[in-house]
Amino acid sequence: MQAPPLRPQTDPPAPVREPESLPELRSPRRIRWIRRRRALARFWKEYRKSGMGMAGLIILVLFLAMALFAIFGDDAGVDPSRTFGPVLAPPSRDYPFGTNDLGISVLTLVVQGSKISLLVGLTATVLSMTIGAAVGVIAGYRGGGVDNLLMRVTDFGLVLPWLALAIVLASLIGQSLGAIILVIGVTSWPATARLVRAQVLSIRERPYIERAKALGGSNTHMIVRHVLPNAMPVILANTILTIAIAILSETALSFLGLGDPTKPSWGTILEDAFSAGATTLGAWWWIAAPGVCITLVVLAFTMCGFAMDEIINPRLKNR
Amino acid sequence: MSRAEITAVPPASTPEREVVIEVRDLRVTFQGRVGLFEGLRGKKGTLSRAVDGVSLQLRRGEVLALAGESGCGKTTLARAIMGLQPVDGGEIEYEGKPLPRNLKPYRRKVQMVFQDPTGTLNPRQTIYEIIAEGLRIHGIDRGPNGEPEEQLVATALSRAGLRPPERFFLRYPHELSGGQRQRVVIAGALVLEPEVIVADEPVSNLDASVRGEILQLLMKLRDELELTIIIVTHDLGLAWTVADRVAIMYLGRIVEIGPAEDVLLRPEHPYTKALLDVVPEAGGLERPILTGEPPDPTRIPEGCRFHPRCPVVESGRAAELGIESRCRREDLALRELAPEHEAACYEAFIRADAGTATV
Amino acid sequence: MSEILTLDDVRITYQTSSGGVPAVRGVDMAVQTGEVLGLAGESGCGKSTIAGAILRLLPPKTKIEGSIVLEGENVLEMKPGRLRAVRWTGASIVFQGAMHALNPVQRIGDQIAEAITVHQQAGEKEARVRVGSLLEQVGLPTRRMRDYPHELSGGQKQRVMIAMALACSPALVIADEPTTALDVMVQAQVLRLMKELQRDLGVSMIFITHDLSVLVETSDRLAIMYAGKIVEEGPAETVFHTPQHPYTEALAAAFPEIGDQRFRRKPLGLGGDPPDPAAVPSGCSFHPRCPKAFEECPVIEPELYPAGEGRRAACLLVPAEKPRTEARV
Repeated sequence: MQAPPLRPQTDPPAPVREPESLPELRSPRRIRWIRRRRALARFWKEYRKSGMGMAGLIILVLFLAMALFAIFGDDAGVDPSRTFGPVLAPPSRDYPFGTNDLGISVLTLVVQGSKISLLVGLTATVLSMTIGAAVGVIAGYRGGGVDNLLMRVTDFGLVLPWLALAIVLASLIGQSLGAIILVIGVTSWPATARLVRAQVLSIRERPYIERAKALGGSNTHMIVRHVLPNAMPVILANTILTIAIAILSETALSFLGLGDPTKPSWGTILEDAFSAGATTLGAWWWIAAPGVCITLVVLAFTMCGFAMDEIINPRLKNR
Repeated sequence: MSRAEITAVPPASTPEREVVIEVRDLRVTFQGRVGLFEGLRGKKGTLSRAVDGVSLQLRRGEVLALAGESGCGKTTLARAIMGLQPVDGGEIEYEGKPLPRNLKPYRRKVQMVFQDPTGTLNPRQTIYEIIAEGLRIHGIDRGPNGEPEEQLVATALSRAGLRPPERFFLRYPHELSGGQRQRVVIAGALVLEPEVIVADEPVSNLDASVRGEILQLLMKLRDELELTIIIVTHDLGLAWTVADRVAIMYLGRIVEIGPAEDVLLRPEHPYTKALLDVVPEAGGLERPILTGEPPDPTRIPEGCRFHPRCPVVESGRAAELGIESRCRREDLALRELAPEHEAACYEAFIRADAGTATV
Repeated sequence: MSEILTLDDVRITYQTSSGGVPAVRGVDMAVQTGEVLGLAGESGCGKSTIAGAILRLLPPKTKIEGSIVLEGENVLEMKPGRLRAVRWTGASIVFQGAMHALNPVQRIGDQIAEAITVHQQAGEKEARVRVGSLLEQVGLPTRRMRDYPHELSGGQKQRVMIAMALACSPALVIADEPTTALDVMVQAQVLRLMKELQRDLGVSMIFITHDLSVLVETSDRLAIMYAGKIVEEGPAETVFHTPQHPYTEALAAAFPEIGDQRFRRKPLGLGGDPPDPAAVPSGCSFHPRCPKAFEECPVIEPELYPAGEGRRAACLLVPAEKPRTEARV
């Protein structure tokens, strides 16, 4: 048998597959920024391919512009306390969406309402996601008794008829914007918590968690550095979908008269229309305008959420 | 080439070397799960004795291979030594002192290399962040000579053979090959300047031609940095190429331990012999293979725990020697049969006693 | 001996979103009746792709060129109906992941019987009898046919997979990494079983794995693949013990014999990594990692040169008269 003329104990420079040209800059932080930007650009490129996602995005941008106009635009023309023109006029050149029983332009009301509806939807979602993500991460990461306890609370939240709970809470806390946000926030987190927990359970078993533990990392380190970044895509995609639900919830609560009467939202408009008997008076435009707005916004958020989910979740790709 | 023809070289590890880690009578058990109704009736899950009384001394600068079938407890033992696995009994001492409650300082000194380099690296971190993670956890922002973090990371990467290190800083794990990923894991361990590295099947997930390079790297680091290395492996051929000492585990116990040449070329325990017989090689299919059930740590047999599969008992040789009843009933401990070479087998004891009697 | 399977200049290209990836780049290979051919190589070398191509199990868009002749019929020109008949009766396959290839909610006996009845070789009753004898052949008691997969150990499941592969008495069995997921002791048992069955039934076999030492134990002939091509072939023992191609040498060194002093405290391996099939190096594809490479290697693509009795190797160092000058013209 011949002696093996193999390579002795040397250490050849390992060849690297160049994925893309990297600027040879010295500062790691700067290149990291460049890489992040590129990742974002890649995401955008993928996202642009999705017709559904782009349609949703365009609708959202339009409504956002509307809300911004309501906040910063000329207040005189949209002050709902001032009466204009004819009472219950159908849509015309002057009043594209018609007027209500006080002669106020429904367009003005809808523009004003977009501000409140979007504001409530977004803040309630932030609250809901924060609670949901925190409960999900703690339950999933700690496991055992903590997990059991938190998940039973979550199940309880899931099976409770949320509308009934929201009505009770709203009547307890009182009718203010803050109250509405709080009510929606604390009733809509359980689904998020379940989702995040499932994700964290799978992340917890990944070997890099064990590596971090072997390096001496604390639980906080593991959660902040490893669990959260890897759970983030799921949390983000879920956030978009939750906003849609929150806006619907706000509408429902306002429609039931639990909203803040001084801050009219789309739901409040619907309630006013309903109690003024818009249906019997034949003033369909009073109901149709806010109704279509709600449907469009909810649909747009859902479409964006699905498009994002498709990019982020590799299992949905190539379907 | 037959095994007997080869003369052994003297073992590298000598008893005079300082003991870094000492394990005494270590025990780890796992409780099996039970269903809700059994649990309510007070029924407990079956107890699985993964590590069942292991004593072991690890000497500075040596490479110790822990080998055995899956389920023999080798990985559990390694994780227990790392402090990643709660133990149910026994002691672990590091440099003569029992492990403190706060394991953080110990973790800096004892690092681990895992089987699956892909899963071990967080896909969302750059290589730089991965290597610097250990430094940040331990609040090290300067090296012993005042080097900045960037330089410490660069040194670790180039020690692990990833050169020039700057080119790897901002890559993500998925852009590297399997071998490179394992080098990153090793670099992440090296950056803390550990004394001991525990490597759990470090090459079994890698391509065959890349394995040798990773093992060479570990050997080189041992020489340059005086590292002490535990390699957990199912591959005795690998043990032959790297280990100074080999410990063979069976059902939670070490059944044979000694210098690699002794254990692999002159095995005393029938289980070690059986393991060596199934190492694939030309014409190897004619050699005997153990029959019987694979070991189950929830049902550890009485007596010598290997006796239900032992060819010495099965062939009647144990009865001939008059040890069969002891094999079946009396538990036994390791005994030194040759210098540094210990085994736990009644038949080997008889052979050793006969040997000393004739000398 | 006659050839049961002949591959002639087979080229296989996978279609991906970023263009075609050549996984197999011109392979000639033959399996004789009753022979075990060991196909070795690392991940991405194309060995499993070849297995998939023989049974036409590759993704539909994959481009396969050349010819694959199984028992006198070109597999690549078969109509779907004929192809289904050939799968399992002509050639069958034992996969790596025995754990996942079995349907967890069906008794194993029914799963094996299914393979038999689907190919209309027997009715229900005959199939039962055959299942029983198959199980006994692979060393499982007949009554285990009533078991569900979860009641079996990993080794037993792999035995069931082997029984299933033999169910329709195929002329060729392809075993793709059949023991990789198994423990050492169980691996030895399964290997022995396969070798015994192969001898008793006289079936031809292609045995695919990266573990060269397993192949030496089981195969008559070895073919070593690197970057989609065969780089060395010949009788198993001579190829393993006196490799002609530097890559074979390195692969053999990864599985050292215990007691061989050349390897004691000296793990040997190759620098670099297996090549990316999308970017194969020029000339001899192995040259960037080759310890013996010289200036001609990146330029000339070596073919399989005769290298001793029944052996061929694709290395420029092999041929007696160097092909360099003529190749340069």
